Amino acid sequence: MSGSLIASPVQRVAVLGAGHVGPVIARMALDAGFEVAIAASGSPENLELITQVVMPGVRARWAADAVATADMVVLAIPLHRFPALDPGLLAGKLVVDAMNYWAPADGVVPMFQDQELSSSEIVQRRLTLSTVIKALNQIAYQNLEDGRRPAGSPDRHAIGVAGDDSSAAKVVGEVIDRIGYDPILLASLSAGRVLQPGGPVFGAVLDRSKFERAIHTTAVQA
Amino acid sequence: MTTSTTETPREAAGGSTRFPLVLGLDTFGDHEHDAADRPLSHAQTIRNIVEEGVLAEQVGVDFFGIGEHHTDDFPMPAADVVLAAIAARTKRIHVGSAVTVLSSDDPVRVFQRFSTLNAISNGRAEVILGRGSSIDSFPLFGYDLAHYEDLFEEKVNLFAELLKGGPITWQGNLRPSLNNQDVVPYTEAGPFPAWIGVGGSPQSVVRAAHYGFSLMLAIIGGSPARFRPFSRLFLQALEKFGREPLPIGVHSPGHVAETDEKALEEFWPRWLHIITKMSKIRGFAIPTPESFKFEVGPQGALFIGSPETVAQKIAANLRILGANRFDLKFGMPGLSPDSLLKNIELYGTKVVPRVRELLASHS
Repeated sequence: MSGSLIASPVQRVAVLGAGHVGPVIARMALDAGFEVAIAASGSPENLELITQVVMPGVRARWAADAVATADMVVLAIPLHRFPALDPGLLAGKLVVDAMNYWAPADGVVPMFQDQELSSSEIVQRRLTLSTVIKALNQIAYQNLEDGRRPAGSPDRHAIGVAGDDSSAAKVVGEVIDRIGYDPILLASLSAGRVLQPGGPVFGAVLDRSKFERAIHTTAVQA
Repeated sequence: MTTSTTETPREAAGGSTRFPLVLGLDTFGDHEHDAADRPLSHAQTIRNIVEEGVLAEQVGVDFFGIGEHHTDDFPMPAADVVLAAIAARTKRIHVGSAVTVLSSDDPVRVFQRFSTLNAISNGRAEVILGRGSSIDSFPLFGYDLAHYEDLFEEKVNLFAELLKGGPITWQGNLRPSLNNQDVVPYTEAGPFPAWIGVGGSPQSVVRAAHYGFSLMLAIIGGSPARFRPFSRLFLQALEKFGREPLPIGVHSPGHVAETDEKALEEFWPRWLHIITKMSKIRGFAIPTPESFKFEVGPQGALFIGSPETVAQKIAANLRILGANRFDLKFGMPGLSPDSLLKNIELYGTKVVPRVRELLASHS
């Protein structure tokens, strides 16, 4: 891979998906001081009341408009909808993949059936013109906001950030830090497998040392 | 924190708290074990649940709900049949689903079954519709999970039409069309109460308001207070769609025993067992004593303890959420009939009056 295009800090965040997860991430990003837009599959009009009441300060927009001005795009759509998403929409963008694939719970999505690859590697292969980082997928949405702690708190929790592009992962790590979690950078999307359903830290709210111990134990066993 | 505090006149006037307080119990048909921890048969579990519904009425509970499930741990695929048995032996308690997995069912059949239940019970039937957080019914009935959202949207639309009564004409993509067809039995006094169970998606809240269903917040993990904006969203969406206010309810799991210690001691091993098992299927983390302690505490979603502890937590959360109804999902696979009957008795005789007292004194 050539040099990273992603080096400057994030100011504007676009969240794609307004189901369980999207609004929570949008709210946290707003609280952290980012400018935030959210888009679902349809017109922003359908989201206006929701943004107004559930995430005041977040702008509802068409997906293309939200993405166009964003420094970082969070993918928070149901994974089975991903194959229908136009990769061109996200070309040139830093994309945070907050989606998960777990066939026993959500059904089989043929595109994601390759056991050799992590789900975010498959997302990256499809989004050839984007830089994909896996993050914000591992803590359950209902625990994400309560789990935040200011920097330096002794009981601060950790969120894994996995990417093949280390400077992009660092940029996302800074966002995670501002949101209220210790970012744990993982060296590749492949290494991000530990963040997936069935992995040692999926669904767990852990501090840095417990998080590191959990993924290290798995690495040694594997 | 960025929060909007602007209340509409309607919210300021009391929102959903104008509705009478309803305190109910829900079961998922949790597979029961005997006192020696041997599993009872599915059939015996079902017969016990009929007795539990009858007891719920005797001790003063307002609603008894049964949630559709399709596994050995929760052998309860035909909740409406069990509800009919309870209805035939009771006079006052309301009976309903909690939830009916509408996505993998036929709305016409669901309407017919609950309209029949409404007839048997003399107008005490309710239906709570859901998308299904566990998906066992999809492969069982041949539905494709790729249509998870579309199936629910379309079937809720049809169900709302059916509730209006009269011959129905309807067209969709995932179910054959209906052309001026009669759907019986007719209800005697207008539509029976219909709710939509919502897990955490604001779009589901707006959908419920759009079709004129009441809102049941299913809060099974994390802080119940985080659902507060959903109550406001529901009221504002009803207003936007030109509808009158509708009730808001809360459904959460729990267990009541004489003391906090006894309740925790009975519940924790069963909870650990079933969530560990579900973790393997759903891929999430196994509960730890710390995570359990959080959920049992004031900020968590498990309502476990003595009658006083549980009543205080219910009252506090109903106030925070502006809700007028609480349904405690009691039981857990492996608990004994004695423990469940005790739970029901304490809930009806102690928790229900105490919650009423706490909310009356506060308002």
